[in-house]
Amino acid sequence: MKDKIRTAIYPLVTVAVLVLAWQFAVSEFSIEDYILPKPWLVVTSITDGFRVGGFVGHFWATAEATVLGYVLGCGLAFLIGVAVAESPTFDKFVYPCVVALQSMPKVALAPLILVWFGHEIESRIIMVGLICFFPMFVNTVVGIRQTDPELLDLCRAFSASRRYVFFNAKLPSAAGEIFAGLQIGVVLALIGAVVAEFVASERGIGHMIDSAAVSLTVSNMFAGVIILAVMGVIGTATVRFVERRVVFWEGGTVRVNLEQAS
Amino acid sequence: MSRTATGVENEAGAVAPAPAILSAENLSLVYPTRRGAITALDALDLSIRRGEFYSLIGPSGCGKSSLLKVAAGLLPQTAGTITLDGSAVTGPRREVGVVFQRPTLFPWKTVKDNVLLPAETLGLDKTAASARAAELIGLVGLDRFAENYPSELSGGMQQRVGIARALVHDPEVLLMDEPFAALDALTREHMMIELQDIWMTTAKSVLFITHSIPEAVFLSDRVAVMSARPGRIVREYEVGLDRPRDLATMADSGFAALCGELRGELQFDL
Repeated sequence: MKDKIRTAIYPLVTVAVLVLAWQFAVSEFSIEDYILPKPWLVVTSITDGFRVGGFVGHFWATAEATVLGYVLGCGLAFLIGVAVAESPTFDKFVYPCVVALQSMPKVALAPLILVWFGHEIESRIIMVGLICFFPMFVNTVVGIRQTDPELLDLCRAFSASRRYVFFNAKLPSAAGEIFAGLQIGVVLALIGAVVAEFVASERGIGHMIDSAAVSLTVSNMFAGVIILAVMGVIGTATVRFVERRVVFWEGGTVRVNLEQAS
Repeated sequence: MSRTATGVENEAGAVAPAPAILSAENLSLVYPTRRGAITALDALDLSIRRGEFYSLIGPSGCGKSSLLKVAAGLLPQTAGTITLDGSAVTGPRREVGVVFQRPTLFPWKTVKDNVLLPAETLGLDKTAASARAAELIGLVGLDRFAENYPSELSGGMQQRVGIARALVHDPEVLLMDEPFAALDALTREHMMIELQDIWMTTAKSVLFITHSIPEAVFLSDRVAVMSARPGRIVREYEVGLDRPRDLATMADSGFAALCGELRGELQFDL
């Protein structure tokens, strides 16, 4: 526990240094608040925003679309991934199409989704779901396929049923990859939500940043970015927390593939 | 407790017909590869008697492991037949227990649950299986570790779990593919003695594949030498050493002579 606190202090020191440098630069070069606000101004706009400025509503709007879309996208990706990994027919017909779709930038679909599903939460959920679908899907398929062939041979030698092999050998083998997919998904889900809000919404942190840009209240833009960062950190930490408990045999290390995350 | 293999020569010198538990006749296995077909096994014959400890020894890539996979019903042969307890092997059979070179345990299951795997997949009675698993875990000396996970055990202990697992459904035949190859020399000697104990207690027929001449001689009633690819059995040796054998057996002149003979046979082939 003491070590944990100590390791948490080091990055905080870095942050403190950066904030001091920021403060120094702003006052030293007398930069205007509408270009780069002072750090304390950002802090007050966050606190004021939550107290009176309607940040709470924006926060929940983004959180709702993000969580619902994330659950929907990851859930579907898992189910279809299992089907692809388990059924050669499904694999032949579906996998190449999904992989081809993966290389398409999903955010380009945002206006189309808007046309189809309107300006309400539905289109934001779909945007989020679509963007976190792919890493989760690919990780599920790869995870199941990388099950130790000797473990599968062993199950076969002892006449294990397909169902038994899936739940006792393949799914636990894939668990590490699946959690990596879930972790990448958290970050992507927030991107999806913010993009959808930029394009269409009247609510949400993305919309808030967008309208702050119009009125040049840069401190509010910073506030939005910081709130999003905190949401991302909380989401990722939650997934990691669950992973350490579920995939206890792997020592809780999620290998986040940065190429996939970008 | 001492046992002798069934079917030894009687006083008149005639061989009494021993009931074969596992036999291969004219067994061939051809792998298709990109650069043409590879013959792994070529018209191989062998017959393992009930209760016998039978070892196969041969150079790397001679098809020993392939033979074991065919016997386990994991790989279909190209030609010939393999018979287990009177009927042809066409797929995995419950009369068989397998042990691979790596322990191949489920990292997410405890020692006890790993041992119970065949009981679960074969749908055996849970209470009886659980009692038997506990007994086997005791037999391999892991009582204190029944609730531990594989990552908390040493390599030798993990392989013992694998052996207990292969015995939990009370199979007729144990198929072992170089089970001690990944262990250090000291652990290996220890495991040899333990395996002999387990074999003498459980009275299983064993097909044991190995690279190690002393290991084969120490453990076996008979040792068969395989040729390099395509794999055929070149010669079989009866091991007449008394049971139970111990570390002193390895210093025995009969032991050394047989090892020397086997080494000669193997070198002849290389």
